Amino acid sequence: MPQTKTEQQAPPPLEGATSAAALATTAPPPADAPVVRRRRRRRDIGAALGATWLVVIVLAAVLADLLPLPAPDAIGDQFSLAPFHSWEHVLGTDQLGRDQLSRAIYGARVSLSVAIGATLLGLVVGTFGGMLAGYYRRAADTTFEIVTNVLLAFPPLIFLIALVAALRPSITTLAAGLALVAVPTFARIARANTIAFANREFVTAARAMGATDARILGREVLPNVMLPVMSFALVVAAALVVAEGSLSFLGLGVPPPAPSWGGMIASGREELYDHAHLVLVPGLFFFLTVFSLNRVGDWARGRVGRESAL
Amino acid sequence: MIEAVVTEKVAEAGLAPVEPDAPALSVTDLRVWFDTARGLVRAVDGVNLHVEAGRTLGVVGESGSGKSVLSRAVMNILAPSAVVLPGSRIEIEGHDTATLTKEQARHLWGARVAMVFQDPMTSLTPVLTVGRQLTETLRRHLGLDRAAAVTRAEELLRWVGIPEPARRLRQYPHNLSGGMRQRVGIALALSCSPRLLIADEPTTALDVTVQHQILNLLGRLQAEEGMAMILITHDLGVVAGRTDDIAVMYAGRVVERAPTKVLLREMRHPYTRALVRSIPRVADPSHTRLRAIPGRPPTVIDPPPGCSFAARCPHARPRCLAETPVLGGDHPGNTTPGHRHACFFPVGTPEGDQAFADNLAAGRTAAGLPVDEGSVL
Amino acid sequence: MRTARSPLRRVATLLVVLLLVSMAAFLLLELIPGDPLATLLPEGATPEVRAQVEAAYGLDQPLWKRYVDWLGHALQGDLGRSLQSQVPVSHAIFERLPVTLELAGLALLLALVIAIPVGVYSGYRPGGILDRIATFLCSITLSIPNFLLGVLLVFVFAVSLRMLPVTGWTPISRSFTGHVQGLILPVVTLAAVEAVAFIRLLRNDMVATLQQDYVLSARSRGLTTGRILFGHALRPSSFSLVTVLGVTLGRLIGGTVIVETLFSLPGLGSLVINAISNRDYLMVQGIVLVVAVAYVLINTLVDLSYPLLDPRVRAS
Repeated sequence: MPQTKTEQQAPPPLEGATSAAALATTAPPPADAPVVRRRRRRRDIGAALGATWLVVIVLAAVLADLLPLPAPDAIGDQFSLAPFHSWEHVLGTDQLGRDQLSRAIYGARVSLSVAIGATLLGLVVGTFGGMLAGYYRRAADTTFEIVTNVLLAFPPLIFLIALVAALRPSITTLAAGLALVAVPTFARIARANTIAFANREFVTAARAMGATDARILGREVLPNVMLPVMSFALVVAAALVVAEGSLSFLGLGVPPPAPSWGGMIASGREELYDHAHLVLVPGLFFFLTVFSLNRVGDWARGRVGRESAL
Repeated sequence: MIEAVVTEKVAEAGLAPVEPDAPALSVTDLRVWFDTARGLVRAVDGVNLHVEAGRTLGVVGESGSGKSVLSRAVMNILAPSAVVLPGSRIEIEGHDTATLTKEQARHLWGARVAMVFQDPMTSLTPVLTVGRQLTETLRRHLGLDRAAAVTRAEELLRWVGIPEPARRLRQYPHNLSGGMRQRVGIALALSCSPRLLIADEPTTALDVTVQHQILNLLGRLQAEEGMAMILITHDLGVVAGRTDDIAVMYAGRVVERAPTKVLLREMRHPYTRALVRSIPRVADPSHTRLRAIPGRPPTVIDPPPGCSFAARCPHARPRCLAETPVLGGDHPGNTTPGHRHACFFPVGTPEGDQAFADNLAAGRTAAGLPVDEGSVL
Repeated sequence: MRTARSPLRRVATLLVVLLLVSMAAFLLLELIPGDPLATLLPEGATPEVRAQVEAAYGLDQPLWKRYVDWLGHALQGDLGRSLQSQVPVSHAIFERLPVTLELAGLALLLALVIAIPVGVYSGYRPGGILDRIATFLCSITLSIPNFLLGVLLVFVFAVSLRMLPVTGWTPISRSFTGHVQGLILPVVTLAAVEAVAFIRLLRNDMVATLQQDYVLSARSRGLTTGRILFGHALRPSSFSLVTVLGVTLGRLIGGTVIVETLFSLPGLGSLVINAISNRDYLMVQGIVLVVAVAYVLINTLVDLSYPLLDPRVRAS
């Protein structure tokens, strides 16, 4: 935008040179004034931290039984103890005296297994469907479009609630339901990339050499499609963790006494004023996990993005 | 009526020419460098240029010569990563563009000096009607009310040769053909009667049949308005018959500048000569080998010292690798007024002929370029 | 970029989708294990009584016939009666619908009001201070699920500062200020996450648009920054946003469940939760159907709005 000297009095950004706004008229032109300035690529600290947290929480969840934690449903005698007030209960206790740290870690088990299971299932089914639609087009594609439109026609939460109403909630049913919600996303990515790759020369060459469709799909198309699909997986997983948490919050998740982050937040809600830690501890675990998944997911998409068709 | 409004606005903004015969544009020692990940790109590296009122200047150069960056610097639409070095000076009708008041700046760009872009398909906003784009410029600079602006917009379209202008006003750019879109672009640029028009490759993106029409149109409009024009192109054929003067750019500098007829008859800089020679002639026998310029385009990041054309020039001597020739400096053959070049061993001078002979004897130039009988310029 | 498809094909696809959606809604609840009649039958009911009740509710018919009957009635606006309260389902739905719509609509509006200026300016000055702050806040907010955000907001504003009510709904007819006060926290909770998504979309599209030749051309004509940003650059940058708007509205209509539960608001969301815990499957079916149909229709409307935004898509 036109800028005049009266508007911009800021000091020059680069030594020896200024922007169009303030052309100095007195100094003689320096023949080789500014030094070549290389721009360094900043390393993604956020993604690194996120990855660290994910490793920690996954390990903790898997090895929970081996860790020196009190049982998550062991009713104790110190109710609503604040965090950092006792070595026995580092993160405090809830209204029934149960250890928060232990519940948080066992809750991680529930949330993560549901989310990861659902992500993997959705990824497999979605990629398969998407590849078929993108490779064979016409009839397969129309079916694909209709099915995804129907799946997407249900607002996710209502769909999950209805599903939970129909089936007894357990880790498997929740994972299956969430997988259904995730399938359209993966399917679309797989389809878009399949369409892009199926027209490339190496596929035509393979076909000319007599390769069957299955072989082409498996050996040529799949490896190229997997990369962009997987880079989305982390971000999708983050969304599914949120979905599972929402269900548990509403009381529709894995039933008690199995602890879940959403459930802990729901029950802690009543004592918010006096004992905020009942909400903040599970909330923090939740936030860190989703944040890390999103951050690492964004980094993965950024790395893959340049090479994919999307 | 429009002239009266324009005159009034010009007086209001204090943009009357500083002197009666101030050049329309005067660029002094312009350097525009870009801060990129690979280093500092010296897109424009010391350009001196001027255009007298009412005259046409052709700026010729290959891609990367800096001609587009030059035009954007003059129009003040450089990218944020561009850096204009101190010592650069751009004067429009005598007014230094760095020291304008807000009011002057507001009335300068788009009104006193305007630009026509290369690709009419992408240089018109797709979501606004043609009429809207015209009237918003008119109302911004000339303060016309809605009705007057619409009338003027219609006049403008008729003036640039668009049939059924009233209907076109309501249409969107994608409803028009390429040639018509470029006419709209020209109408937009000329809407406020500028004193200087910059046409950046105005016909490159058009069909050959349409190119002629557009160039003729520009010529006609310029004569009618009496405005100065800069015609930027890589195509010598475009400027040959339509410009008063030509400036040849290479690697961010002007290497030769002369009145058109003089330049095409008596070019001095080896690059200019090579450009002219590279144009294939219809009269040549078939299978005549095309005379390409040997070597690669110059690097504008951290360029080596000396003349930027040395690596590709058949006249290159050791001096060319050490010193940088200056436009209009004390070089042989720089005696004709109005004709300036930047070369130590120019074409058509004893020094230049000697340099070539020396290189021929050695079999290569001082820069290592192989030379034989056929390389003579 | 969406391409215009023939209206006939679009209508056909729409109808097929709606049909399948209704089937899915119907079948969903058919999977309920357990006895839907348990609440209706008296203790120790004999098989004959049971058969009578079944016949009265049409539960003895084959599945496909039940579906067709149900669909037929639904198309006339009759979604049956709540198994629990005997109130017509459609009445219950339309009684609660305005609350949900108000929540969803206001949340969407608030999200837009926040997102457009921030998105436009961030796109105009990418890497600048506003952009970096906005990006940071966005990534934080995206990772806080809306129920957690709601609880936190309640903690800060209602419990600690006591500025706003913790829960409760005041109909507009009773008290305007009370109505507005009760709305603030729920609407903000809903809007926050959406605003964040909008900002990211708009910013990225804006950055791309501002590199186009026509923006450069507009600058060369000396137009003001504001005019260029909002008159020339905003519309072409908003296609992704508009797509997402439709999806978001539909999602919000179904997604107010959490906020309604959290703040005890009498909307569709809390209705469906109650129905589920009461095994009132007719009610759940009706709500799911209504919400899903609304979702599909909204998305179709979004599709149809592209020609309005982008003249290039209009049939010439």
